[in-house]
Amino acid sequence: MANIIEVEDLKKSFAGIEAVRGISFSVQQGSTFGFLGPNGAGKSTTIKMLTTLLRPTTGSILIDGNDPTKDPHAVRRAIGVVFQDPSLDDDLTAWENMELHGVLYGVPRGTRRARISELLKFVELDDRRDSYVREFSGGMKRRLEIARGLLHHPKIIFLDEPTLGLDPQTRNHMWEYLGRLNEREGITVFFTTHYMDEADRNADKIAIIDHGSIIASGAGDELKRQTRKDSLEEAFLELTGRNIREEGASELEHLRMMRRARER
Amino acid sequence: MLRTIYIMWIREVKKFVRSRSRIVGALGQPILFLLALGYGLGSVFQAAGQGSYTQFLVPGIIGMAIIFTSIFNGMQIIWDRQFGFLKETLVAPVSRVAIMLGRTFGGATVATVQGCIVFALTLLFGFHPYSWTLLAPAVLLMFLIASLFSALGITVASFVRDMQGFQLVMNFLVMPIFFLSGALFPPTNAPLLLRVLATVDPLSYGVDGMRTLLIGSSHFGVVTDVMVVFVIAVVFVGIGSYCFTKLEV
Repeated sequence: MANIIEVEDLKKSFAGIEAVRGISFSVQQGSTFGFLGPNGAGKSTTIKMLTTLLRPTTGSILIDGNDPTKDPHAVRRAIGVVFQDPSLDDDLTAWENMELHGVLYGVPRGTRRARISELLKFVELDDRRDSYVREFSGGMKRRLEIARGLLHHPKIIFLDEPTLGLDPQTRNHMWEYLGRLNEREGITVFFTTHYMDEADRNADKIAIIDHGSIIASGAGDELKRQTRKDSLEEAFLELTGRNIREEGASELEHLRMMRRARER
Repeated sequence: MLRTIYIMWIREVKKFVRSRSRIVGALGQPILFLLALGYGLGSVFQAAGQGSYTQFLVPGIIGMAIIFTSIFNGMQIIWDRQFGFLKETLVAPVSRVAIMLGRTFGGATVATVQGCIVFALTLLFGFHPYSWTLLAPAVLLMFLIASLFSALGITVASFVRDMQGFQLVMNFLVMPIFFLSGALFPPTNAPLLLRVLATVDPLSYGVDGMRTLLIGSSHFGVVTDVMVVFVIAVVFVGIGSYCFTKLEV
């Protein structure tokens, strides 16, 4: 299978401090890729670069054959993004949020309506289509965001900590959806998470990033074998150490913390 | 392009219609100014031989409603950034200029409606426009002024990250623009410095234009007013589009 994401020696610095320090990896089309790392390791910065929100300092990215810095619109059409924090408009209804997304992505009216209906049923929010998003629980918002991210038939869906703050029921439910989608439509799933069992169970391949560099990659079992541990959680701790990372309020703030940690 | 502008425009309008508290809240300030200053200083103004202060004040008060509503609307981007919705529009495969234009015109529409509501209320307090037929161009001018400040709000919001910054902008940008614009006093006899400041304040031309159309008195001349407001609106929409295009999250 071809690689749908190719990253070569990608770097990003903020105010002279390197957040991402020359990472390379690739993701196969149709696979599920887990991108793991402690807080402040450079995960979100990398995702922002992959999804055209940040310009890399140096290095190259190819998403479905397109460079996000040269042809951002081609990349944007090929991807769906579910951000770490909700990015819905609380003052609009579920339907209106979907509609707005469909119009922005140029999905024709007829297809749009049918597809919104279908997706809202898929995430079991069809009966709440005319409710304001502000009345939704965290789990409902997540589901709506996933539905929205899929509306324009992306080839890749990026999920930045999609299960954060969800109960095990919703979490399992969500992975079931994603698994079905992956099988049925061959959609590539790129996700980050702090739940190691979740990564182990769902990812075909995992990359672990720490202090801006990829320190290990491979299937979950390979990582366990490499570190001679029984669980991915143990393997992860072995690789990244047991020190607790603090996540700063801003990007710059946790970069400063990273630097302090390195100097220590 | 047009679809994007339309969907962003309708979003602003829907949000406005749905928040009745905001509509009413935004009416409080101009009406308070009209009552306190209009009745409070009315006799002094009259004694100075300047005629009815309420008549003079109404175009300025409408200008006030417009500038506050439109800057506030432009700066909604700060909220959208904090609540995440901004990212949804930034990763969409559409020109950011279209998104910016939709937001600008959405905010401008809302501010114009707000201006019209204030106008309707001033009628209850005894305001009478000098010609009813000039009301249509007056509404168009309101929209132009609102577009200018909506774009200014977006420009500023591209640099400001949080609500503390918003207060700063309100106190050091919006308030001076309002107070120096001649909305509350005739610039003609003001001290030189004040007159100079009024000349570089875009709202001065907006308020002066409104005054021409509503009460038939002008300082700069209505053609100059409209030209200046139009040119500055175009410039700010340009600057705002540029800043919005460069925005990273």
